[in-house]
Amino acid sequence: MKKILIVDDEPNIVMTLEYGFKKNDYEVFIARDGSEAIEILETVWPDVIMLDIMMPKVDGYKTLEYIKNVPALSHTKVVFLTAKNKASDIEKGLKLGADKYLIKPFSVKKVVSEINELLN
Amino acid sequence: MSSYVLFFIIILYLAILFLIAFVAEKKSKSKWVNNAAVYSLSLAVYCSAWTYYGSVGIAATSGLNYLTIYLGPVIAAPLWVVLLRKIIRISKQHKISSIADFISLRYGNNRFLGALVAVVALFAIIPYLSLQLKAIADTFRILSLDSSIISTSVWDDSTLYIALILAIFATFFGTQTTDASEKHKGIIVTVAFESILKLMFFLFVGFYVSYVLFEDPEQIYNGITKQTTIKDQVTIGGFEEALDWLYTIGLSFMAVFLLPRQFQVSVVENIREKHIKTAIWMFPLYLLLFNVFVLSIAWAGNLKVNDVSQAEYYALLLPLQADHTTLALLVFLGGLSAVISMVVVATLALSNMLSNNLIIPYGFLDRFIKGHPEKNTSYIKMIRRSSIFTIIILAYIFYVNFSFELSLYSIGLIAFVIIAQLAPAFFIGLFWNRGSSKAAIVGIIAGFLVTSYTLILPFTLQGITDMSSFISHGLFHIDILRPHALFGLDFLSPPTHAFFWSMLVNVSCYMVISVITKGNYRERNYGEMFVNNSNYGELQDNALVWKGEAYVTAIRNVLSKFLGEQKTQRALNLFFRKYNLPLDTQMADARLINFSEKLLTGSIGSASAKILISSVVKEDEVSLVEVLKILEESKETISRNKLLRDKSKELTILTKRLKEANEELLEKDKQKDEFLDTVAHELKTPITGIRATTELLLDDDEHMPQPVKAKFLNNMLNDSERLSRLINSILDFEKISRGRNDLNLRKQNINSTISKAIDSLSHIAKNKSVQLMQLSQSAIHAEYDEDRILQVLTNLIFNALKFVPENDGIIAINHKFEAGYLEVTVTDNGKGIPKEDVSYIFDKFYQSKNQTVVKPEGSGLGLAISKQIIENHDGEIWVRNNKKIGVTFGFKLPFN
Repeated sequence: MKKILIVDDEPNIVMTLEYGFKKNDYEVFIARDGSEAIEILETVWPDVIMLDIMMPKVDGYKTLEYIKNVPALSHTKVVFLTAKNKASDIEKGLKLGADKYLIKPFSVKKVVSEINELLN
Repeated sequence: MSSYVLFFIIILYLAILFLIAFVAEKKSKSKWVNNAAVYSLSLAVYCSAWTYYGSVGIAATSGLNYLTIYLGPVIAAPLWVVLLRKIIRISKQHKISSIADFISLRYGNNRFLGALVAVVALFAIIPYLSLQLKAIADTFRILSLDSSIISTSVWDDSTLYIALILAIFATFFGTQTTDASEKHKGIIVTVAFESILKLMFFLFVGFYVSYVLFEDPEQIYNGITKQTTIKDQVTIGGFEEALDWLYTIGLSFMAVFLLPRQFQVSVVENIREKHIKTAIWMFPLYLLLFNVFVLSIAWAGNLKVNDVSQAEYYALLLPLQADHTTLALLVFLGGLSAVISMVVVATLALSNMLSNNLIIPYGFLDRFIKGHPEKNTSYIKMIRRSSIFTIIILAYIFYVNFSFELSLYSIGLIAFVIIAQLAPAFFIGLFWNRGSSKAAIVGIIAGFLVTSYTLILPFTLQGITDMSSFISHGLFHIDILRPHALFGLDFLSPPTHAFFWSMLVNVSCYMVISVITKGNYRERNYGEMFVNNSNYGELQDNALVWKGEAYVTAIRNVLSKFLGEQKTQRALNLFFRKYNLPLDTQMADARLINFSEKLLTGSIGSASAKILISSVVKEDEVSLVEVLKILEESKETISRNKLLRDKSKELTILTKRLKEANEELLEKDKQKDEFLDTVAHELKTPITGIRATTELLLDDDEHMPQPVKAKFLNNMLNDSERLSRLINSILDFEKISRGRNDLNLRKQNINSTISKAIDSLSHIAKNKSVQLMQLSQSAIHAEYDEDRILQVLTNLIFNALKFVPENDGIIAINHKFEAGYLEVTVTDNGKGIPKEDVSYIFDKFYQSKNQTVVKPEGSGLGLAISKQIIENHDGEIWVRNNKKIGVTFGFKLPFN
């Protein structure tokens, strides 16, 4: 069973993703912002992390930077899922080392299939 | 009193003066030396023995006439602020050391004119000096009571020794430096000291005569009315005498500027321009005090002494007659003070003229060029010292041979008339740039000749020979040539008569010749500089127009002959630095020529300076038109430079403002971008939720458990509501951002507004069991938009509701009037705001994570909108964490 960590401060959105991934046999972990995510990552090494960018306290960029510096997470894929859809934003996200850049609003089905594809 | 004792007292007194001068020189930086009072008192050198003794003599014989001599200076004093200041400024700029130098420079360093002025001054002042000596001799004789012994040899005459001591004094303190334009503080301080003494002692004797010798001045008046017809003495007798008065006032008006000793103390020795302001009241006051008792003493003398031939010495004779020898001695010392100060200052001034305007330019220049610096310096000092002795000895000779029969008053007036011949060249030259050197020379000579014919000649003849036919019948018995009634003008007194005719001739010559002839370019150059001093003052070295070829080394050589190598080097370095020139500049320009002339002027006079400098340079003629053009140009350059400086300053300020405005705009632009980004993000979030949820519900309808479905549907509802709230807020925010114009300002009662806000939220509070308290009930009326303030209050209270704990939350609203402001506060007992958030809390879309609900309800614009509303009201909104628990929001509205 693959593990996914969803990092987003919007509970309504998290709920839809949680539902979609669980249905596709993922073990789902949820963090409301970067700092919560970092806390979880001390004990859990997910296969993929789905990151929002605009979050309070520790934002998506900083969280990614942290992940990149943890050796245990070197095989973990990171995907941005964000409302920031300008070309410059996408470029910046990928340059920082994200494996995929998905844009809000999104289709749950499509997001799940993208993640599946990424992990295979 | 024995003449030996008296002589000893005089020597003692002179020793004290030496001491004072010595101390003043030593402490020349002290404020006791450099103050306006010393300056004003030194001007009182005007009051010589003529004032001290002569006034009484005139008052005793012809009444109020003595006053005219003091009215002129009193009228002149207020004008000093303009006139004297101008003269002082020019003199300081050009290192002028005497009136001869001043006039010579005005007419283009004219050597002959400077010499002429010096000669005229010598003619006027030497008899005057001798009269001062006579006053000492006379009073000495009166006081020592040995008038029976008439000295047979000059070597027995104490006056000679006193004169020599004065010469030594003037030499010692007057020629310490070669630069005659330097200040002589020692001499000036003694003069000021003597001015106090002579006034004090004169007031003593005046008081003594008026209140001790007689019971009061009225008694003197009563006494004198019995003797003479008093009316003649205290009134001006008709038109003729009024004219006489007027001319004498005019005469003394000029004298207070032109007398060499007055020019010395008022211009050359002036330390600060602002001292003039004190002098314009102090000097007239001094003259007034001096004249208070003159009539009393004169009339008392007429009553008690009753010897008109001795009238001038009544002040001395009255106490002597009553055996008050000490008082008489004081009076004598006062008179001595008047004499000493006059003699010393006048001699100093004359010796400067004699050396710088006569001896040096007409005899020593060649020798200076060849000589060594030390030698030249000692030569200059030697010349000046021997000048001092020459003048005093000349005065003494004059006194011994001619002056037995002459009165102080008449000799004084003759000196005034002679010195007045300088007035046209001096005064008109200050204000009329056309005045030329030829005109000045002819005017002065013509005026002097007329004075000689109408005043000096008859006076001398009368004095020596008793020959009166010349006076009564005129030259060659031609009636209209009678010296005291030229062309039938027979009603004026001789000095006034001479003054009238000489001035008429002098001024006419000056004006006519100035208009007919054109001065050379140098004259016109200096004419411009003197007349428009305020314009050219700042041009300084630039104001001299000069064209030609000159080497710096040549000029350096000349300078070092007088200043020495070191001083010359220093002066030139300063000059080069001032004008940003390289230190090894080869060719001299007009500025250096002017600067060098100025450096030399103090030592050897302006005419000699010009001659010396032009001896080592090749000078080209410059046409008059060119002079004026160049002057005009440099004036323009200066004003243009000033304009440019001002403009560039303005530009810098403008650039800075533009930069600031630009930065502000960029900042605004960035803020707008960020705002739009954030708005887009905030709008997308609920839409994302709705979209994803809808998809799930559509796809998974059958497998989805009912509670999950319900939760999803509920989420969709919340998101839709959030979306519409957000849109409303954004619209609201946009509207409010437009500013104050949209406010609906009315006089409102804040108490009722707060009540309304509490009412609208009371049911939410009740649900949460939170207590809403309105602490103040006082009605305060202020002008504000009630809907908007209500919005702010609701927002603040609603925010508080989100943060306070359920069940025991308390929110307290208070309002008060304070320091012109209406202040409203909302305090809660919630979790407070994280420290790092305090400064962002009013930013758009800021949402605190300390809220008690999982996901904040609200748009994130509430506080930003509140802030905008309060600012639109010109108010202020703020937040602070309470000491123990919770947070306080507050806002202030200006109270109109």
